[in-house]
Amino acid sequence: MSTAAATHDDHHDHHHAPTGLKRWLFSTNHKDIGTLYLWFSFAMFLSGGFLAMVIRAELLEPGMQFVDPEFFNQMTTVHGLVMVFGAVMPATVGLANWMIPLMIGAPDMALPRMNNWSFWILPFAFTILIGSVVMSAFGAGNPSAPNFGWTFYAPLSTKYGPASTDLFILSVHMMGISSIMGAINVVVTVFNMRAPGMTLMKMPLFVWTWLITAFLLIAVIPVLAGAVTMMLTDRHFGTSFFDAAGGGDPVLFQHVFWFFGHPEVYIMILPSFGIVSAIIPAFARKPLFGYASMVYATASIALLSFVVWAHHMFTVGMPLAGTLFFMYMTMLISVPTGVKVFNWVATMWRGSMTFELPMKWAIAFVVLFTCGGLSGLMLAITPVDFQYHDTYFVVAHFHYVLVTGAIFSIFAAAYYWLPKWSGIMPNKTLGELHFWNSLISANLLFFPMHFVGLAGMPRRYADYALQFADYNFWISIGGFWFGLSQLLFLAVTVLCAMKKGEKAPAKPWEGAEGLEWEVPSPAPFHTYDTPPVVK
Amino acid sequence: MQSTLFHRAAAGLTSLMISGMTFASDWTERSDLDLRPGVTQVSQEVQNLHTTVLWIVTVIGLLVCGLILFSMIRHRRSKNPNPSTFHENVFFEVLWTVIPFVILIAMAVPATRVLVQLDDTAESELTVKVTGYRWKWSYEYLTYEDDNDIGVSFFSNLATPPEQYNNPVLSGGLFPYGTAKDLVGKDAPEKDHNYNLEVDNKLIIPSGQKVRFLVTSDDVIHSFWVPDFGGKKDAIPGFVNETWALVPEGKEGTYYGQCAELCGKNHAFMPIAVEVVTQDEFKTWIAEEKEKAASGPDLTPFAGIDQAMEEGKQVYDSACALCHGANGEGGIGLAFAGTEFATNKEHLNEHIDVLVNGRAAMPNFKAQLTPRQIAAVITYERNAFGNDTGDLIQPADVNDHE
Repeated sequence: MSTAAATHDDHHDHHHAPTGLKRWLFSTNHKDIGTLYLWFSFAMFLSGGFLAMVIRAELLEPGMQFVDPEFFNQMTTVHGLVMVFGAVMPATVGLANWMIPLMIGAPDMALPRMNNWSFWILPFAFTILIGSVVMSAFGAGNPSAPNFGWTFYAPLSTKYGPASTDLFILSVHMMGISSIMGAINVVVTVFNMRAPGMTLMKMPLFVWTWLITAFLLIAVIPVLAGAVTMMLTDRHFGTSFFDAAGGGDPVLFQHVFWFFGHPEVYIMILPSFGIVSAIIPAFARKPLFGYASMVYATASIALLSFVVWAHHMFTVGMPLAGTLFFMYMTMLISVPTGVKVFNWVATMWRGSMTFELPMKWAIAFVVLFTCGGLSGLMLAITPVDFQYHDTYFVVAHFHYVLVTGAIFSIFAAAYYWLPKWSGIMPNKTLGELHFWNSLISANLLFFPMHFVGLAGMPRRYADYALQFADYNFWISIGGFWFGLSQLLFLAVTVLCAMKKGEKAPAKPWEGAEGLEWEVPSPAPFHTYDTPPVVK
Repeated sequence: MQSTLFHRAAAGLTSLMISGMTFASDWTERSDLDLRPGVTQVSQEVQNLHTTVLWIVTVIGLLVCGLILFSMIRHRRSKNPNPSTFHENVFFEVLWTVIPFVILIAMAVPATRVLVQLDDTAESELTVKVTGYRWKWSYEYLTYEDDNDIGVSFFSNLATPPEQYNNPVLSGGLFPYGTAKDLVGKDAPEKDHNYNLEVDNKLIIPSGQKVRFLVTSDDVIHSFWVPDFGGKKDAIPGFVNETWALVPEGKEGTYYGQCAELCGKNHAFMPIAVEVVTQDEFKTWIAEEKEKAASGPDLTPFAGIDQAMEEGKQVYDSACALCHGANGEGGIGLAFAGTEFATNKEHLNEHIDVLVNGRAAMPNFKAQLTPRQIAAVITYERNAFGNDTGDLIQPADVNDHE
């Protein structure tokens, strides 16, 4: 069966899925590519998590016990890059690949070959990036990996960057190409491949949030590419974009970076809004409250994200008028974000709720994302931000929105759709253990960071003054606990992949709605060859 | 600040909840879980604003969580088997758009006022230029009252000895560089009370007078932050940023801070210590420093190599060891132990030149060290670590070098 299928790869009408390595390497099937993205992002999540374990081990007690401060900086840098570009972003692209065609009744993504390429760039990009860490740890003379933080501020990353900065630049370019291609694919698919009757305002909110995310990606990834290209020419071709000694401007770097960087944080969180907006109605057995206002709120958040970038750089010494503008705009973002949270609460209100695993993660998302959003509002208040800026308070804030926000919602999505992907119900016992351990340990890990931050501990510190010791100890314990808990999810997914467990029906969740539940579980290799008609 | 309703409510609640918050010039007595009130009027306004906003977001957060919790209990399937079907309500949707907007305006008003105040650096009586270096600070006194030509400047380095922070537990492995390998398995000395905060030369400023800091950098971006003064300002090469502090009379003492922008390997090891003294003490101190600065460099020759070695070791440990290793084994910088550069007499002139004028990543030390210190440290580098060249460099040799 396998050989016959492999030789007929190019036939669009063959009855067997190709097997073996070729199935994955040459795949143009949205489901297989989605699976590749999801496994890849999980591998990156564990690798980035391992780097975080090194950071937390070093910060367990004051003093330098395990690594050199130089190596510590490499850990914080690569941890951030791997988690942002390797874990969260590819995971949401994987979900988009799997779910968007199923949700809008399309047979596949619009540009399947490009889809293949946009995935297969990623393993090479991350081999380059992580390779520099491996060389730093084990290579002769320990050549430094990128050590300037994931924000790679010039001139630390240009004039003072290690040789591996060039590897980093190449790697970021490759990740950017991959992201742009993925985004174009989503836009083209959503605009051209909807089933008859699937109007824009009937699309599931996950499709909407991803469509808006895709536009954000297309708008800002080229800006990131511009920033790293300017770094490259500053480093090797005699330009002085960011070098004050040559008439350049180090602050320009921060403006360019954050013009990318702020929309980037919405790129990571908007798909989560879509996921949660699918799961909460399903388990509350009640339609989503305020569908239209959800769409408009998502669009306003996306638009506002282009005029708030300088709130990441209030301390660079901007003029008063500029500072005030960015403060007001940033505060304004909390209005549409608040609308979303209230809509989710209203969806639950007077519903008939049950608390299966996806719902548990989704509710944890709403509560903890709100916590991260509110500390974000505190950070918007500029005079106080002068105190918070670059402390652990900021670290607490963005881990609340990214870990207990984006990543919790990705877990929710995985538990919700794993029956569809694999045909197997995720193991309940392991899943419950995964949820409760993650929930408690993540809060032990991230909540005390607010306190050390307010007490005055700057971020990216390899070592700290003695008054921060007690909290850091508990933060580290929470970190190890959270890290180990994720191995439970590995077990859950491996069991599903090995087809071990209870068989899933086509629609395993009673209240779930949407086209994806009308195809069998696991979803066949090809779905919606004939488009469904949406009434 | 004091006039807003929010503030009064917040202050009342805070005093109920938190009692006995102490003012501490000693940073290590941190204010438990909260932002430090600091010592300046502005830092206290910032803290008030923080408290106000913290209470607002806490109330909103508890409200949201409360509604979710209530719904989870009352609207579960066992209690409410038949779900309602409503999915929009214009009144509520407008309500929860407008109310947050009004709350935001209520927060923006006091925030704007404090921000304007923080921005006002005019009419200062002392101006100090603060320059960030990898990984130390320098302070240059520019003007004080009517004196526009003070000419006093010095560098400020971490005073915590490396043995206190280097406590490796693994040999080799992930501990790639430097001196620390020798310390594996040795008992770490007890850490000082002001571990990683103490410096050799403190920034000295008077109380009761407005001090303007002009903040810049010589290499990468640093950030000058003394939490008790109410905020930080980035030190950016090619830019001069302004910030200010007015420590009230009666609050004299030492205030600590740390670099708050990632600046490379020793980012965590370049603290700031500010000693606030009375105006009389400050005037006496600055006059002495001016006199010392005016008298020119001390070019008295060393009596012998031992004297130069002794002074050189002190300089080496505070200024060179971070990059070149405590035992001259190198790291970010060149190695000295047994190398051609440090042992062959042909390189002696080059050795002096690198310190005086800098080379590639090595900064010049003309501004940071006196000729006597440079002479002492070169002597040390050429005779310590088993080099034993017998070279003795005199202050005049360095002073004459261009």
